[in-house]
Amino acid sequence: MEELVPIIALGVFVALFGTAIVVVTSLIGPKPKQNDVKDEAYECGIPGQFSGHSKVPVKYYLTAILFILFDIEIIFMYPWAVTFGDSITEGYGLQFLAAMGVFIFIFIFGLFWEVKSKALEWE
Amino acid sequence: MGSDLVEVLINSVKLVLIFLLMVQLVPILVWVERRGSAFIQNRYGPNRVGPFGLMQLLADAVKFVFKEEFVPGKGHKLIFYAAPVVALIPGALAFAAIPLANTFHLEPFMFLGESWGPYDINFQGYNVGIGIVFILGVSSLGAYALLLAGWGSANKYSLYGALRAVAQMISYELALGLSIVGAILVYNTFDFHSIIAQQAGALSFTISGRELGIPFLPNWGIFYQPLGAFLFLVAAFAETNRLPFDLPEAESELIAGFHTEYGGMKMLMFYLGEYGHMLVASALLVTFYFGGYQLPFVSHVMIEDMLKSFGLGINMANVLTAFLFFTVFMIKCLIFLWIYVWVRWTLPRFRYDQLMDLGWKTMLPWALANTIVTAVVVFLARI
Repeated sequence: MEELVPIIALGVFVALFGTAIVVVTSLIGPKPKQNDVKDEAYECGIPGQFSGHSKVPVKYYLTAILFILFDIEIIFMYPWAVTFGDSITEGYGLQFLAAMGVFIFIFIFGLFWEVKSKALEWE
Repeated sequence: MGSDLVEVLINSVKLVLIFLLMVQLVPILVWVERRGSAFIQNRYGPNRVGPFGLMQLLADAVKFVFKEEFVPGKGHKLIFYAAPVVALIPGALAFAAIPLANTFHLEPFMFLGESWGPYDINFQGYNVGIGIVFILGVSSLGAYALLLAGWGSANKYSLYGALRAVAQMISYELALGLSIVGAILVYNTFDFHSIIAQQAGALSFTISGRELGIPFLPNWGIFYQPLGAFLFLVAAFAETNRLPFDLPEAESELIAGFHTEYGGMKMLMFYLGEYGHMLVASALLVTFYFGGYQLPFVSHVMIEDMLKSFGLGINMANVLTAFLFFTVFMIKCLIFLWIYVWVRWTLPRFRYDQLMDLGWKTMLPWALANTIVTAVVVFLARI
């Protein structure tokens, strides 16, 4: 826990710094009267047709799901990469290499399947 | 944070200073960007306010402070205000974890009538042992700021810009994360100090027990991981939403993307976040592939001894050496930040489907191939 203290301290400091900027500028700035036209979402000058929270393509959701799968797979390579050098000097490097080979094969298989099922095609 | 009052004080001041350093670099970078783009396009750029237009950003900042406060009518107030604050945090947290100069030693000294020390001081906000994993984790939190901004604005262009930005960031995050695996295989550690220490001296490596070396090249990571470094650079461009990957702000399609509804200081804070990300990416590139804060062929002990031979005290010599190495680090970073500007005005923008194809179908397989080849070569070289 000891080493988390400076990280949390900096996070809190930056958050306070940002909040202070937002608060101070909102106090200093001019406050003209609001009206309906001004409150509208900025588009191109003509009255807007849709509300802001419109439907979005499901494509983005699919990309996010795929990202989580692959990112977790990549994170599993990190501890392996750090210990690989030691495993060679201790004499079982080949087992380490083979184990990661199987893992990467599954990774490539997943990527190949993803491309083939057109999950990565954008219009 | 430290064992006694002075050490806690030094560490706290360091945290704030490193954050302010990041914030203060932004006006200079914006100036470099505007002057650089003008130089490339054969025009003048801002040149009226102050020498070479350097005061332009100061004038802009004053103007930003006095801007009107505006929240779109349908917007969600809390989210709208929270987004720029959230945008600041990841860059600051990540940059503080990168060592900016060598660890220097302070002999016991007198301060306020008492004796303090000895201390070993890192020129970094905090030293997390898992270095790069921490930075990757923290800096991807930047996606939340964009999503909050897009959602809170209640503007469809903001929302589309934010979604595009996030989809792009997470897609290139895969290539970014995977391109570093090769470097970790070479260094066998997550710790930045150890990574930088391994890049000292002239290029030399061992293949099956035989020592090989090239005496006129420094022992930098780029010579072990050229493909990894290139993939990292490209992924970093996409990760920071810079041209040629600035689809989230494609002006002709989305007005300005996720910050369409923002103005004044709040927009400046998004800029702080973006330039902070660029700085972190450049610093990581320097640390992993270009020797970090080290001068090629020169160790900090040599410079300290040289300064001591001029008659300086031990503490003074150590502090001056650390500042020299800090300068070297910043110069290396600034070179990459200049490359950001250079590329921006050189390459045309991609189309969105080309961008996603490049990330998933080109960079990811290449990064994977880099990992496999590195693993096999490391295995064959050390067996």
